[in-house]
Amino acid sequence: MSGNESPLLEVRGIGKQFPGVRALHDVGFHLNGGEVLALLGENGAGKSTLMKILAGVQPPDSGEILLEGEAVRIDSVQDAMERGIALIHQELNLATNLSIGANIFLGREPRKFGLIDEATINAEARRFLDLVGLKIDPREVVGNLTIGRQQMVEIAKALSIDARILIMDEPTSSLSSKETESLFAVIKDLRKRGVSIIYISHRLGEVKELADRVTVLRDGENAGDLERHEIEHDRMVSLMVGRDLSQFYPHEPHAAGDMALEVRDLRSPAHPKHAVSFQLRAGEIVGLAGLVGAGRTELIETIFGVTHSAGGEVRVAGQKVDIRSPRDAIQAGLALAPEDRKQQGLVLEMAVRENLSLASLSRDQRHGFLNLKKESEISEEMIGKMRVKTPTDRQVVRYLSGGNQQKVVLGKWLAMKPRVLLLDEPTRGIDVGAKQEIYALMEELARDGVAILFVSSEMEEVLGMSDRTLVMHEGRLTGELQRSELSEEAVMRLATGGAKAAAA
Amino acid sequence: MKRILGILVLFILVYIATAVMAANEGAEFLSGFTQENLLRRVAPIGILGIGVAFVIITGGIDLSLGSMVCLIGVGVAWLLTDVGWPIWLTLSMALLVSAAIGLFHGTLITKLNLPPFVVTLCGLLMYRGITRGFTQDQTAGFGTEFTGLRQLSKGEIPVPFVEGFQMPVPFVLMLVVAVIAAIFLNKTVAGRHLMALGNNEEAARLSGVRTTALTILAYVICSVLAGFAGLLHILEVGLEQPATAGNFFELFAIAAAVLGGCSLRGGTGTIAGVVIGTALIQLLRQMITIVFPRQQSMEYLMIGAVLLVGVIADELVRRAVAKRRAARIG
Repeated sequence: MSGNESPLLEVRGIGKQFPGVRALHDVGFHLNGGEVLALLGENGAGKSTLMKILAGVQPPDSGEILLEGEAVRIDSVQDAMERGIALIHQELNLATNLSIGANIFLGREPRKFGLIDEATINAEARRFLDLVGLKIDPREVVGNLTIGRQQMVEIAKALSIDARILIMDEPTSSLSSKETESLFAVIKDLRKRGVSIIYISHRLGEVKELADRVTVLRDGENAGDLERHEIEHDRMVSLMVGRDLSQFYPHEPHAAGDMALEVRDLRSPAHPKHAVSFQLRAGEIVGLAGLVGAGRTELIETIFGVTHSAGGEVRVAGQKVDIRSPRDAIQAGLALAPEDRKQQGLVLEMAVRENLSLASLSRDQRHGFLNLKKESEISEEMIGKMRVKTPTDRQVVRYLSGGNQQKVVLGKWLAMKPRVLLLDEPTRGIDVGAKQEIYALMEELARDGVAILFVSSEMEEVLGMSDRTLVMHEGRLTGELQRSELSEEAVMRLATGGAKAAAA
Repeated sequence: MKRILGILVLFILVYIATAVMAANEGAEFLSGFTQENLLRRVAPIGILGIGVAFVIITGGIDLSLGSMVCLIGVGVAWLLTDVGWPIWLTLSMALLVSAAIGLFHGTLITKLNLPPFVVTLCGLLMYRGITRGFTQDQTAGFGTEFTGLRQLSKGEIPVPFVEGFQMPVPFVLMLVVAVIAAIFLNKTVAGRHLMALGNNEEAARLSGVRTTALTILAYVICSVLAGFAGLLHILEVGLEQPATAGNFFELFAIAAAVLGGCSLRGGTGTIAGVVIGTALIQLLRQMITIVFPRQQSMEYLMIGAVLLVGVIADELVRRAVAKRRAARIG
């Protein structure tokens, strides 16, 4: 038998077509026993689709999956679990109202006389919790745990079904650095026990620390593999992006103009103890970096009046403004493209035209009536300027791609000719091409004198696009980096609460 | 037009079926008198439906409509006859109370974030209770008086060149309300904003829409129209009992709005659809009365079944359209 030579899992020639989109084309990779394989790719590269196929969520259109050299069909999540494949979603799938033990055995509760056997559940659950280093009572309700601990419960659950292959989709995206550390310890321990892990992450530092090998996808195809000794930041990035970084980010330094936005001792309701102050000049692009949960979104939502400030003042173009609602902020010349495009940025069931005009309707009204002529002008202008790909401006926004949806959000604000543009994760979940268009647009707006503050969790983007970078940690502004001082290390040091290194 | 096509076709089919069945039974349906009656009965529910459509578009609901009809309808009769207030004062009071109730609902729902279902359910109980209280559960009515005022509901306008049929005044009043409502919803900034907030309140607020004020406005419009419907109702029937006046009206109005294409998820709905939906419901009731007089007890079953079929058909069409669209865009 050649069993020893075949890898634990091998995937060959996988193709998947969605209506109008080729999600995956001839993709293959392999995974050995007791190995951590990092799967990299930009948003939209096809990682999630590939993992969903492996976990039985979706069937592939073509290609084959081999487990220990044997071709298998994975038709359902149940199937995948029986074969030892478990997917841990980015958004955790736990019933937060139930206990840890109940979650681990959800759907396959051990029974005694037809009733749930709590004693066995708790004893067994404790065993699996030990494996992931969680010393807590399995009767504890999951909702009371931190996100990091909930994730450990998910892993314990996967182990309890004897998973040999664990797929983790961006597991650290909402963890603190301490929680991340303990997750890494568990991953390394599992690897020692012979469990194989497919690790999806955008954080290249983590990949460098954990991965035995790297497989990169780009636009639904294999872009290349890296062996352990080849895993380097720049090589990963160039495989992901497919070109040199300096070409990808169109950044050129901007001459900062007049004061556009001044924030003085502003306290967000989420972090009322920390007063934040900074300034933004016309024509500047300033990045706002930090870990997830550092209070960046809360800060810009407070500036924009989405939440009420707990103190401090905001000045726009030198004038103190009293912002109590987004409406006030808009009237002061501010605009915000929020983090969650679908929930906060767009009226999904309305047409492209109606979304583009939503912010400017009040301004263009004629005695309370809609100015339909002005509306179509705005719609036409913005679709052209933003290069929104849509059959007509009557198209319902829901059916556009993520990139085009984001362009609609931006177009809505450009119609208001804002002085200050606040962008929260402006390129999250959109494909590489649209990303580049959005970067180009940011450049263009800055040249026209708009002051741009953008929150980003993608280090590349922060490094590539900022004239200046502000860094937050746990609600505080921990530092400011000029472009000349900007590096991944410098940002991470401030983002984890460290001090800015003394200038050399 | 596309959005009300389904309900319009359904209405026409039921109308033809009723006419045919009535002819077979030798019952009177296509006569001027029956048609006048049908239109007259469409008016109060139609006005309620238009009002509740505003609330449903915001993603809310108003269960208190029937009790509002009772409060305002019985209240007006009581003030005019038992208390002896002049007409102008009574009508001003009715308007004031209706608007205040809408303001009350809207404020509780937006400022305290209470569920519309619960707030208006309490209203349903309270307004009927208040009416039964101040009338001491006694029937209120006009007797033979106030014939002038009652022309608002009883009056008829001759139609040129048509014999044997006159347009009922309340139906004309409803059409006026419908036209104003449609213009508001489709042609004004506030109407567009209302649609947007019904679809996605957060996105609308972040785009500068005054979501709180508009939601309250929707409840005020709804209650004021309910008061108006209550007025027309009492003027038509002449006397009512506080314990039963307006019973079930809210459900007919909500059913009409849903039949007319208002989604209870909010964000969609047309005034024309609501009017046709109301007409369909009243047509079904009339059909049962005329064609199956011995099966009167089946009335609610019929209306319920038609509503259910309509909602199922609508959902299936919506899914098919979504699928086709997704495939086209990719």
